[in-house]
Amino acid sequence: MQIYLPIAEVSVNIFLLLGLGGIVGVLSGMFGVGGGFLMTPLLFFIGIPPAVAVATEANQIVASSFSGVLAHLKRKTVDLRMGTVLLIGGLIGSGLGIILFNYLKALGQVELLVQLCYVVFLGMIGSLMFIESLNAIRNASKPGGGVPKRRKHNWVHNLPFKMKFRVSGLYISVIPPLLVGVLVGILAAIMGVGGGFIMVPAMIYLLGMPTKVVVGTSLFQIIFVTAFTTMLHATTNFTVDVVLAVLLLVGGVIGAQIGTRIGVKMKAEQLRIWLAIMVLAVCAKLAFDLLVTPTEFYSLGAGGHS
Amino acid sequence: MIRLIALFLVLALPLKAEEIVLGLSRDEVSITATFEGSEILIFGAIKQNSADVPEGDLGVIVTVAGPDRPVTVRKKDRRLGIWVNTESVEVDVAPTFYAVATNRPLEEILTFTEDLNTRISTQRAIRSVGATIENAQSFSDALIRIRESQGLYQTLPTGVLVEEEALFRTLIPLPANLTEGDYKAEIYLTRGKQIVDLYATTIPVKKVGLERWLYNLAHENPFLYGLMSLSIAIAAGWGASAAFSVFRR
Repeated sequence: MQIYLPIAEVSVNIFLLLGLGGIVGVLSGMFGVGGGFLMTPLLFFIGIPPAVAVATEANQIVASSFSGVLAHLKRKTVDLRMGTVLLIGGLIGSGLGIILFNYLKALGQVELLVQLCYVVFLGMIGSLMFIESLNAIRNASKPGGGVPKRRKHNWVHNLPFKMKFRVSGLYISVIPPLLVGVLVGILAAIMGVGGGFIMVPAMIYLLGMPTKVVVGTSLFQIIFVTAFTTMLHATTNFTVDVVLAVLLLVGGVIGAQIGTRIGVKMKAEQLRIWLAIMVLAVCAKLAFDLLVTPTEFYSLGAGGHS
Repeated sequence: MIRLIALFLVLALPLKAEEIVLGLSRDEVSITATFEGSEILIFGAIKQNSADVPEGDLGVIVTVAGPDRPVTVRKKDRRLGIWVNTESVEVDVAPTFYAVATNRPLEEILTFTEDLNTRISTQRAIRSVGATIENAQSFSDALIRIRESQGLYQTLPTGVLVEEEALFRTLIPLPANLTEGDYKAEIYLTRGKQIVDLYATTIPVKKVGLERWLYNLAHENPFLYGLMSLSIAIAAGWGASAAFSVFRR
């Protein structure tokens, strides 16, 4: 069954959209990522104009993250204090990111930058996580080996403005989480995603937060950053397609609930290795697109800006 | 049929040797939520106003053009091993939809000069005034090629059916990804490659119902629209969470 999207101005299959939303929703709930880094390229692929895909995806992430965060709140696996600190950084970052984005747009080549950003960050984070969790699994399965202790004290712990994060069991300076927030905010604005796939590893490896708390906290922060992005897109570019968003989020919220429940049953190391594999797969696909000779050398874009 | 035309001949005041009398299967195209594309049947009669049969082969050309929009055509080139957009050409005027249907291949029924003047062929319908790049032609060719693959540009060399040099009809398929606006339908009558009559009309293509309402809200009241989108998202997220917790108990 086809449906015409009023803002995107294209006609697409309803079940395709519901299915896409569902699959991405499951992943979102499992790993605490918004799923934007998967959904946005998928939407391009089915013929949604890129500007509409990015803006609408932000709106959809609000729904799936909200659904996910409620499930995490019930189990008390959200560090609200840490989430708020990250959020403050995130909002500053996305503001900066949008300024940077518009500047690069004026120079041209913004598309290439976005793609390169994806390849570099996904590749880096994916391989780091993959190696780390593989080692963790190997050590755990060794008889008598035991789980290696994560470094409890690094430079992060020697900075001023210390704050207690009870849920995470941390007593650290607010500067690192604030900076992580800013960095993720900038990238989120440029790449048109929630930023969970950067946030989650940063929280685990840089801040040393326990994996179980990381997912809920990341989702909590993502809600607000993507809501901010949605409003910005809706008021400046008029590119949020609410019909598309509703279809994606119907699949997405159901998927997120299922995903959260799967995530609880899985071991933390397993969860991380699967996320790593997924991130690397998307990275490989994007890198492949940049390297392989295209079938059509020309592309069309909205005119007017020279 | 000839008699019917003859009747018209008696009733109407003779102005031109030949004239077009037109009919359309629909006055407007409505884009609803379940819009999957459509088609317009354009039909009509050729009214002969004088007794002597005009000289030259008869040609009927039907064009349907969507609203004009500027387009940027970008070309990819390999730089440091990766494919990046390098050159680009601004096409100032390009119809969002363009179909040319003729009873015979266009070059057989229209002179080059007439085409230049009337901009009937797809190549002429798009214009780039400020193109400074040497091979700008390859960019406009690419534009036509890409739009043709999307069903937005169509050349139908035998799309017009002419019966007994008096009646004609053509079916123009419209794809689902139509841009809103007034679509110009033009019918040209040619004799010996020269245009003898032209009939033009507009077919409005517009969104209706919910599609219309959402589109208007998004453009006229974007802040409210954004808030609405967010509340839907929050409500859906909460609803799913609540539904699942009930379901699990």
